[in-house]
Amino acid sequence: MLHNSSLVSIADLSRDKILYLMEMAQEFERHPNRKLLDGRIVATLFFEPSTRTRLSFETAAHRLGASVIGFTDPKVTSSTKGETLKDTIMMVANYSDVIVMRHFLEGAALYASELTSTPVVNAGDGAHQHPSQTLLDLYTMLQTQGTLENLNIHLVGDLKYGRTVHSLIMAMRHFNPTFHFIAPKELAMPEEYKQYCNKHGIKFVEHEEFNEDTIAAADIIYMTRVQRERFSDLMEYERVKDVYILRGDMLGKAKDNMRILHPLPRVNEITQDVDETPHAYYFQQALNGLYAREAILCDVLGIPLEDIKKDTTVIH
Amino acid sequence: MKREKLMVAAIENGTVIDHIPSNRLFEVIRLLGIEELDHDTVFIGYNLRSSAMNRKSIIKIANRFFSELELNQLSVVAPNVTLSIIKDYTVVEKRAVVLPTELTNIVRCNNPKCICNNEPMPTRFTVSDGILSCHYCDMEQLLTQVKLV
Repeated sequence: MLHNSSLVSIADLSRDKILYLMEMAQEFERHPNRKLLDGRIVATLFFEPSTRTRLSFETAAHRLGASVIGFTDPKVTSSTKGETLKDTIMMVANYSDVIVMRHFLEGAALYASELTSTPVVNAGDGAHQHPSQTLLDLYTMLQTQGTLENLNIHLVGDLKYGRTVHSLIMAMRHFNPTFHFIAPKELAMPEEYKQYCNKHGIKFVEHEEFNEDTIAAADIIYMTRVQRERFSDLMEYERVKDVYILRGDMLGKAKDNMRILHPLPRVNEITQDVDETPHAYYFQQALNGLYAREAILCDVLGIPLEDIKKDTTVIH
Repeated sequence: MKREKLMVAAIENGTVIDHIPSNRLFEVIRLLGIEELDHDTVFIGYNLRSSAMNRKSIIKIANRFFSELELNQLSVVAPNVTLSIIKDYTVVEKRAVVLPTELTNIVRCNNPKCICNNEPMPTRFTVSDGILSCHYCDMEQLLTQVKLV
């Protein structure tokens, strides 16, 4: 098996590594435009569409001076002719310095990373992992709370299928959080993640109700969408569809430091009036995706934090 | 043991697989391809008394020895069987067939969306406390639910 500096799963990252990447992202927040990756080629292989993630990675690459190749629609590639993932990766690895890959199959990024010495960044593999999303979520928490330690994090909505909330639990295991899982029964946090919390000493409380009082102690409210297609019982969906909506009038008891995050796209789970409150932070969170992904690209390409701090290629 | 020996005849050369859970016997027979053996003698003892297992099964196969791959597959279907190599009516090697901590291309992943079910590639699992975790998608499955590649 080949060993390289790929970023495949958030579970692979130690506490120190997470904090290191946070510090790197901070540097990019200070100066996002540089020539650090001048002459490098970033391949973005999107075997399923994800406009937001792709734009964020491609912007990160361009802002660091790299060139971008790739595809946004697998229909135009040889995978429709029956080419294996292995062959696609072996071919692209010849051309590029780093491969950013989104795939609909779980474990695809890990497999790709085992095939080539070119680093692979997992930009989402099915319902499995999406580590760059988690890192930008962590960065946003750090940015808004000044620390990742001892936070009260309320996860709301679809906790059963929500890949982002599962990865967040794994990443936060290093920082002594208290989680509140707020979800309808049918979309409750799966047993395996509750066991994960118990195994790692992570405190959690489960709620079915979502109101002013349940969120009063929150430092972070992480909203996800309750989707109709996730329900086997549509009567149950009709019963709960309006329960997990965050409205402006629910924020009366919220702590001043509380910030609302959402991986986006939002549909109706956060009402528009929340956008005007100081608690809304989801658009800044999306911007943090740029800084986190600049950090990820540099890290997998072996550029250390020290070099970034002393970087003379900053474009002012 | 004496009683078993009376019930299942000795072989001159070959392999004895002992301590097979009786409910797994027919799977073991299928797995080792015993039904397809044309010339070699096979003795099968089913539901024999066992002090350790209550009921066990045993297979004695003349002139047949198994590869590591076959034994790894065997360990998945019937963990903790005992294997004896017989040469000239004497046991020359006896060992427990233990489930390895890693299985490569032995069992299939139960997750249809796992990359290993969609690419021509070997499957990989880690094993802990009778639970198999897919190296690629992390999905866990119980040893009792596995399907062989």
